[in-house]
Amino acid sequence: MKLDAKIPEGPIEEKWANHKMAMKLVNPANKRKYKVIIIGSGLAGASAAATMGELGYNVECFCFQDSPRRAHSIAAQGGINAAKNYPGDGDSIYRLFYDTVKGGDFRSREANVYRLAYISNQIIDHCVAQGVPFARDYGGLLDNRSFGGAQVSRTFYARGQTGQQLLIGAYQALSRQIAAGTVKMHTRTEMLDVVVADNVAKGVVVRNLVNGQVESHSGDAVVLATGGYGNVFYLSTNAMGCNVTAAYRAYKKGAGFANPCYTQIHPTCIPVSGDHQSKLTLMSESLRNDGRVWVPKELGDKRRPEEIPDDERDYYLERKYPSFGNLAPRDIASRSAKEVCDEGRGVGNTGLGVYLDFRDAINRLGEETISARYGNLFDMYERITAENPYKNPMRIYPAVHYTMGGLWVDYNLMSTIQGLYVIGEANFSDHGANRLGASALMQGLADGYFVLPQTIADYLATMGASHERLPIEDEVFVQAEEAVNNRINRLLNVNGSRTVDSFHKELGLIMWENCGMSRLKKGLETAIEEIPKLRKDFWANVKVNGSADNFNISLEKAGRVADFLEFGELMCRDALAREESAGGHFRAEHQTAEGEALRNDDDFCHSAVWEYTGDDAVPIRHEEALKFDNVKLATRSYK
Amino acid sequence: MAAYNIKIWRQNGPDSNGSMERHVVKGIDGDMSFLEMLDHLNEDLEEQGKEPVAFDHDCREGICGACSLVINGQSHGPETTTTCQLHMRSFEQANITEITVEPFRANGFPIIRDCVVDRSGFDRIIQAGGYVSVNTGNAPDANANAIAKPDADTAFDAAACIGCGACVAACKNASAMLFVSAKVSHLAHLPQGDAERHERVESMVNTMDREGFGSCTNYGECEAACPKSISTDNIATLNREFIRAKIGRIT
Repeated sequence: MKLDAKIPEGPIEEKWANHKMAMKLVNPANKRKYKVIIIGSGLAGASAAATMGELGYNVECFCFQDSPRRAHSIAAQGGINAAKNYPGDGDSIYRLFYDTVKGGDFRSREANVYRLAYISNQIIDHCVAQGVPFARDYGGLLDNRSFGGAQVSRTFYARGQTGQQLLIGAYQALSRQIAAGTVKMHTRTEMLDVVVADNVAKGVVVRNLVNGQVESHSGDAVVLATGGYGNVFYLSTNAMGCNVTAAYRAYKKGAGFANPCYTQIHPTCIPVSGDHQSKLTLMSESLRNDGRVWVPKELGDKRRPEEIPDDERDYYLERKYPSFGNLAPRDIASRSAKEVCDEGRGVGNTGLGVYLDFRDAINRLGEETISARYGNLFDMYERITAENPYKNPMRIYPAVHYTMGGLWVDYNLMSTIQGLYVIGEANFSDHGANRLGASALMQGLADGYFVLPQTIADYLATMGASHERLPIEDEVFVQAEEAVNNRINRLLNVNGSRTVDSFHKELGLIMWENCGMSRLKKGLETAIEEIPKLRKDFWANVKVNGSADNFNISLEKAGRVADFLEFGELMCRDALAREESAGGHFRAEHQTAEGEALRNDDDFCHSAVWEYTGDDAVPIRHEEALKFDNVKLATRSYK
Repeated sequence: MAAYNIKIWRQNGPDSNGSMERHVVKGIDGDMSFLEMLDHLNEDLEEQGKEPVAFDHDCREGICGACSLVINGQSHGPETTTTCQLHMRSFEQANITEITVEPFRANGFPIIRDCVVDRSGFDRIIQAGGYVSVNTGNAPDANANAIAKPDADTAFDAAACIGCGACVAACKNASAMLFVSAKVSHLAHLPQGDAERHERVESMVNTMDREGFGSCTNYGECEAACPKSISTDNIATLNREFIRAKIGRIT
């Protein structure tokens, strides 16, 4: 596997502009002769499909949901960063670039991150032109707020529904192209394989989830915009349908998978209430501005929170990080919560929770002020837990939220398979080992609106307008379709005794215990032994009812869980090989005397890229060295 | 832990006949969400070798708009929220143990299977004009035009629609007026939407009619059922926009 990042020459400020000039263009009249297949319709997929359609390409877009408007980008609450410097507080493209590289614990590619920061401003302009209702001040201009990891206010927001408003903006742009006939939309259709000949992407095999029909689509390029893989943990803040299948199938066809172990665990989520739990709900990071995090000092203190006097409470973030206090970064706040719970000082029925207490803020500012700031979040908390957070402290616990790892891509967002592009959360490109808040929306839209539609032309142009697409009758398609059908039949014919969900839950526990917030060599080795056993059990004992030619929710889930059962092992291998702690990857063996993450720049200042070598075979680990010419590698400190 | 008698709609496919099926679901905790109760039912069914009940759901955070059940006769059940944010304590506290679960029923929402319906009519209504025609490129600076905060806030309230279709299911006419008016109103209150306002409202209303949704008779069930509290004021806005578009055509 050859890893050429294709980073353009020249100073970092000029790379993107120079590259755009150097790339080939496709004549407007010829664009319709190129067919581009886009999988996924979240922020990245919908914005790419809309823009490619506007440019005149012949686009086919697929999503497994009933409408492109439902993709999980919609659930993002907080906001989207841009270096507009409207508040005049010293922001700049360079500062956004620097904060993002540092926030990622120096494990991302400088040139990509700089381009992202540069494009951030165009995104805001474009979304406002679309009619996205960002928050405005009384003068009618756009409002900004602050987010973690930055000392400037650069986050644009739309109440607590920024993701929803941006996604609907992209969905509307996509709808306009569907009406114009440039984009053909296939809803309730899941990609089950990418078709590759001589390491060139030729198309996809999909299954219509309504009638079960498996069919092939041939294209000149394939774009995966299929999101992250947090659901490998079973419980996460992801939507129920989020899965790794498209990315994993591409990996099995030769696309390198980069840094799969980089997972973001968000510190403020509503804790698990019982075995019935199907998903976790995030409570915005902004709550930590006024809430104080604590647990009882004594082990097994079962008193109600209001009965515990102040001197018997441990405000552990304030104690350990006096200068950042309750606003310590996500990875650190999450690990600290786990530590106190592991000591047996966790709260709630399960002991897996810590208090987020607004008592002092309410006494100081009054209930009305707190309600104005966080009313909707308090209501949501009360709806889910039936506890009133104005009277009792909230209980929170960390949960899997975002995955920084993904398919490896070069500067053009092309994977190691020619003509296979990967955009949004599905790729690994911009966040390094930790993503800063309000950066996911920025990256999804940068990739979809502004990067991919430019870079893909360079690839398509080399084919020439008179090129021929591989017909779906070709042997490569026939074989791929047959493999997909065989797998579906195999799932239906196991006829065992365990449900799909029971396997998914068991895998989730293995992953959470061994490849979660804190990772140890021994635990990872155990997981690498246990997961193949569970996988074997799955293929011997899973029970999938119903048939292949109908709307079959068990079958859908089974295929996704089967892929998670392979992918989980790859994550553990990556976590085991990375003998350092960086961002969301905390190897307990590698910490400072004070318990902080300890990077190893001498040996691990690189992205790890995994190459598939066969089922049950050990994959090959490649490295893409990371060079920092503009940013000095430093140790993050929040004391 | 409580037990519930569930009557739930089963229908094998779009062209099959459907019927209500009875199940007793045991071991239900008040902290479980309504959909987790159905997960529980489905696990039981799967263990017995039966096919689970199909229903749409995805984010389970009340924002994607996928979940779509009529529970004891009400779209999304007894509270002002989405089905996924409804919890079993709501029934526990009211001592309700009989629960009827049906799909969103409307001419414009044909059933696909069990409680899953086809809401692609909504997508086609948006495709008919629910957008601003601007290509990705070099838009003017985002702060080039100030938008008065009251207008921005009104636009936002309308833009909060999640496209779930509860309004249609609640309406005795199966009208999609609240949904259509939310988008018309969102864009009509912003300068960006001004240039196409006449074509937009006419085209969206025509498509709504063509998709088989009924007429609005100001019944108001839509607003009561809406999990995002979209106001029927938007319907007044739509009517005004529609008349203005027609007059604009004549003169």
